[in-house]
Amino acid sequence: MSILAHESNEELPAWSLPAAAGESIRLPEAWTEPVTREWAWGGTAGKGVRVCVLDSGIEHGHPLVGRVDRSVAIVREDGGIVVREDDAEGDLCGHGTACAGIIRMLAPECELVSVRVLGAGYTGSAKVMLRGLEWAIDQGFDVVNMSLSTTKRDYVDRLHELADMAYFKRTMLVASAHNMPVESFPWRFASVISVGSHEESDPFTFYSNPRPPVEFFARGLEIDVAWLGGGTLRSTGNSFATPHISGICALILGKHPELTPYQLKSVLHLTASNVRDE
Amino acid sequence: MSDLQAAVAAGVLGAEEGHRALLQSTAEVARAIFKARASSIFLLDTETDELVFEAVAGEGAQTLIGQRFPSSTGVAGWALVTRQPLVVDDLTADTRFSQEAAESTGYVPKALMAVPLLVEDRALGVLEVLDRSSEQPFSLADMNLLGLFASQAAVALDLLQRARRARAALAGEGELGALARVAAQLEAAGEEARLSGLELLRALERLLAPES
Repeated sequence: MSILAHESNEELPAWSLPAAAGESIRLPEAWTEPVTREWAWGGTAGKGVRVCVLDSGIEHGHPLVGRVDRSVAIVREDGGIVVREDDAEGDLCGHGTACAGIIRMLAPECELVSVRVLGAGYTGSAKVMLRGLEWAIDQGFDVVNMSLSTTKRDYVDRLHELADMAYFKRTMLVASAHNMPVESFPWRFASVISVGSHEESDPFTFYSNPRPPVEFFARGLEIDVAWLGGGTLRSTGNSFATPHISGICALILGKHPELTPYQLKSVLHLTASNVRDE
Repeated sequence: MSDLQAAVAAGVLGAEEGHRALLQSTAEVARAIFKARASSIFLLDTETDELVFEAVAGEGAQTLIGQRFPSSTGVAGWALVTRQPLVVDDLTADTRFSQEAAESTGYVPKALMAVPLLVEDRALGVLEVLDRSSEQPFSLADMNLLGLFASQAAVALDLLQRARRARAALAGEGELGALARVAAQLEAAGEEARLSGLELLRALERLLAPES
């Protein structure tokens, strides 16, 4: 199915609600209990949740990553940008493998899919990233990890449209914030979850930030991340804080697959280390 | 009009060496701030999609200037394509990286900090700090300092690139060449010649001004 509304088979959106139709859209009372970490993800390992890593690829067979369910690459070919199915090149630089390893550590049973958009040079990389995101949204992933951003103003409108499209299609985009005085995207959009770093060592410690645009802080300092060749490397950066939140999102959706992105963000807030003391 | 202004400015802004000194100084300061063994500034060559060593302080200095590699390889490449600052700490564990680094630069760092150099919506290059001091544990405040410092380096790099473009516009006997030469000569001339020159320029300005 295409992500373009006019090409899809979906019913037209409901712009209004007729009288007495409230009953027809009654939703289950899902939050009758207090929202604790136990309620949010106790007893789940993320089974059935499909997580996409939009990055430099994922090394196959890495012990910290385990099974990679699918790998595609977005490549420039004959002047255009195409999706190459069944990409066998793995990871070109290590960044995607590092992110995938963190997600796997937190959500051991989630599905991992690699969409390679980095590694083919700087020129045109914003277009390649956009095409990769379009593909990921089209595939209906539950979570898309984006430890990357663009500063290109020309692409901001399209990126914003895609972020909103993902939000309404129940695909949660989790994006790295920037710790530099420069505007970059998509992390600044309200329809994604933006992640910065804290200095603590517990992977499940995360904070809800009362002063956005950075919405959550996760572990981002001196982490032993999966690295090319089956090894690890000690790394620091928001790039690695982001997959912590992606992994926790995968856990929550593993237990509560009905949650929409705004409900998921609310659960994250309610279970954050500075909100609920458990 | 911007080319014309840039061209005239280039005539009075000074030579390539001045800008090189600015970048070199930036690399030296980055090295000093983090008490590091070396620091490098890479420029993105958008024509070839490569990163080029533009300034190096400390280990590997001078022999590296002008060396180039594909824009998305190495830790510098990640920082560029993800637009994210990155720090890696035990690179020697990765023999592939070590070999590549040794072959290209003759120096194998154990730890590396890389930050993209961004001005407005453009990425100009990457700043790297190699083997920072391990006296103090690394903190996110260091990361923020790196980001702030990179913003300053990016401005310097932007100025350098603008001046280079202006100089390219002046190359040979192009129609803008005379303007820049006149500007440079005015700057260098003695007091009397300079005043006469300025008088002539004002006359030229009146001559060219549109009728009101």
